Amino acid sequence: MIYRENGQFKTSYAADQQIFPIRQDRIAILALLIFAGVGVPLFADEYLFRAILIPFLILSLAALGVNLLVGYCGQITLGAGAFMAVGAYAAYNFLIRVDGMPMLIAVLLGGVVAALVGIVFGVPSLRVRGLYLAVATLAAQFFWDWAFLRIRWFTNYSSSGSVSVAELDFFGWRIETPVEKYLLCLGLLILFALVAKNLTRGAIGRQWMAIRDMDVAAEVIGIRPMYAKLSAFAVSSFYLGVAGALWGFVHLGSWEPAAFSIDRSFQLLFMVIIGGLGSIMGSFFGAAFIVVLPIFLNQFLPWLGGLVGVTISTAAVSHAEFMIFGALIIFFLIVEPHGLARLWSTGKEKLRLWPFPH
Amino acid sequence: MAFFIETLIGGLMAGMLYSLVALGFVLIFKASGVFNFAQGALVLFAALAMARFAEWLPAWFGIESLALANVLAFLITIAIMFVAALLIERLVLRYLVNQEGATLLMATLGIAYFLEGFGQTVFGSDIYKIDVGMPKDPVLILENVFEGGILINKEDFIAAVIAATLVTLLTLFFQKTATGRALRAVADDHQAAQSIGIPLNRIWVIVWCVAGVVALVAGIIWGSKLGVQFSLATVALRALPVVILGGLTSVPGAIIGGLIIGVGEKLSEVYLGPSIGGGIEIWFAYVLALVFLLFRPQGLFGEKIIDRV
Repeated sequence: MIYRENGQFKTSYAADQQIFPIRQDRIAILALLIFAGVGVPLFADEYLFRAILIPFLILSLAALGVNLLVGYCGQITLGAGAFMAVGAYAAYNFLIRVDGMPMLIAVLLGGVVAALVGIVFGVPSLRVRGLYLAVATLAAQFFWDWAFLRIRWFTNYSSSGSVSVAELDFFGWRIETPVEKYLLCLGLLILFALVAKNLTRGAIGRQWMAIRDMDVAAEVIGIRPMYAKLSAFAVSSFYLGVAGALWGFVHLGSWEPAAFSIDRSFQLLFMVIIGGLGSIMGSFFGAAFIVVLPIFLNQFLPWLGGLVGVTISTAAVSHAEFMIFGALIIFFLIVEPHGLARLWSTGKEKLRLWPFPH
Repeated sequence: MAFFIETLIGGLMAGMLYSLVALGFVLIFKASGVFNFAQGALVLFAALAMARFAEWLPAWFGIESLALANVLAFLITIAIMFVAALLIERLVLRYLVNQEGATLLMATLGIAYFLEGFGQTVFGSDIYKIDVGMPKDPVLILENVFEGGILINKEDFIAAVIAATLVTLLTLFFQKTATGRALRAVADDHQAAQSIGIPLNRIWVIVWCVAGVVALVAGIIWGSKLGVQFSLATVALRALPVVILGGLTSVPGAIIGGLIIGVGEKLSEVYLGPSIGGGIEIWFAYVLALVFLLFRPQGLFGEKIIDRV
C-alpha cells in the first residue's frame, strides 16, 4: 500500500532514466545512507566496526569488482584474490618509495596497477572461454602468491615477509579510530558503487552484457570483443585493487600474501553468486552474508553447545563451520540459483501489489 | 644425460599421479557437465576414511594381519564413497540440473567445504599415515648404459603402475561394458541419451562412484607419500592445469596432459628454478597449460568448440 508508484509521472528523460525511478526507493536509499553515515557511527561499538562493518564495506567493494567481470561480462574468474594482492602491494610500494605520497592517492594508484595487471591476465580471455578461462585465471592467483612470497623487493626486503602501514593520513587528517576508518571505506564504497551502477547502465555495460550473453553474436553486431573484455578486466581489477589496498591498509594494518590467497578468491566468487550475478545490489547482499555467517556460526555454535550442556572444542567448531557453510551454500544455490538479489526483487514486486495477490 | 633422464622419469611418474586426480574431474565433467571442484575434498575424505579404518579395524576386531586390515578398510571406504555419491546426487545435483556452469562449480565448492568439515569431524584432523606396504627404497637401473646409473624411487614406480592399471581398467569399462556405453552416450548428448531410455540420475550416481573410487586410489597413493592431512585437498589444484591442458572431456587427454605437466614441472624446477627462485612449479604448470590453450582453446584432445549464433 505504501510502496506504489501510482501518480508519479515522469515529465523528462532525465526523470525517466534516473537510477531509482520510484520515489519510495529514493527516500529509502537516502535514509539508509544517512543511517550508515550518521546513525551507525553514533551507536556502533568498536567490535562491530572492526569485525563486521569495515570488512563488509571493503569486501563489498571487491565483490562489486568481481560482479562487473563475472556477472556483467560473463568471464568467470578464480583469481580475484591475486588482483587484491597486487593492489595492496602496489599501494604499499607507492606509499613507502615515493616521498610525501598521500595515502588515498597510493590506494588509487594501487588500483591502477591492478588494472594494468588485470589487462595482461585478461588477454587469454580472447582465446579461451568458460571453465577453461576460470582455470586459466588461477594462473594469476598462483603466480602472484608466489611473487609476493619470493620476490623480496615487493615486500621491501622485510625479514618476516609481512608488510605494515603505520599510519593513515588522509590529506592531513589522521585516520586512527575505527569510526574514521569506517567513514573512509563508506565514502569510497558509495562513490565506486555509483560509478559501477552508471557504467553498467551505459554503453560499456551494455557491451559487456552482450558479450556475456553470446560473444559471437555480439561480435557480429559490431561490438569489439577485445575492447569489451579487456575493459571489463581492467575495471574489475581496478575495483579489486582498491579493495585490496584498503583491506591491507585499513582493515589489517600489516599483512602477508596469505591474506589474499585462493580462499579469498573463492570467497569473493561465493559472494557474487549468492548475492546475485549481474546485480549491484546483489554484491552487497552477498558480502553481508559471507562476512556475517562465519562470525555468527562462531558465536552461535558454542552457545548452542552450552545450551545442551556440551562444550564444543574450537577445532570441532571450525569443522562444523565448514560443514554448515558448505551446506548453506548448496541450500541457497538450490533454493534461489539467481541469488539474494532475485529474492529482493521478487519481494519488491509482491510489495507493490500488496495486499492484493495480482 | 643420466641426470636429465632421471628428472624426466621422475616427472613422468609425478605426472601419472596428477593424471589420476585429473581423471576424476574429466569423468564427472563428461557425464554431467559439472566442473567438480570437490575432487580434492573427495581425495582427502577417502584417504582419511582409509587411514582411520585401517587403524580402527585391528583395534576393534583384533585383526593381526596388516594386509587383511588394509583390504577391509579399502572395501569399507569404497562403500562409503558409494553412499557419498548417492547422497551428492540425491541432495544436490538433482536440483541443479541445467543450471549455469558457474553455479554448478560453486555447488561443488559447497560440497568440498562440507566434505572437508565432515571428514575431519568424523575421522579427526591430525596427520595420519596409510601403510599399504609400499617399498620406499630407491633402486638403480641402467647402470651399464650410463655412468652411475639412474636412480628410481620404487614407490613412485609402483604408484605409476597402479595408476596405469586403473586407467586401462577404466578405458575397458568405458569401451566394453553396457554401463560404460551408457555413460558415453550421456556424455555425448544428455537429451538423446534420455530419449532412448538411459536413466540420467543413475548414470550420475555411477560416475560419482567411479570418481570416488579414483579419488580413493589417488588418496592412498598420495597419502602414503605425503601422509594423510588437510593439504591433500589441495592436490586437486595441482591437477587442474592437467585437466584444461588435456581437454575437459577427454580421458586420454587427462593422461597425456598429466605426463606433460609432470615433466614440465620437474624440468622447470631443476633447470629454470635456480635462476628465478624456488617453488615455481605451482604456477609454472598453469602457465604451461595456458600457453597450450592459446593455440588450442579446447585443450589438446577436447571436443572442437563450434560457435553458432
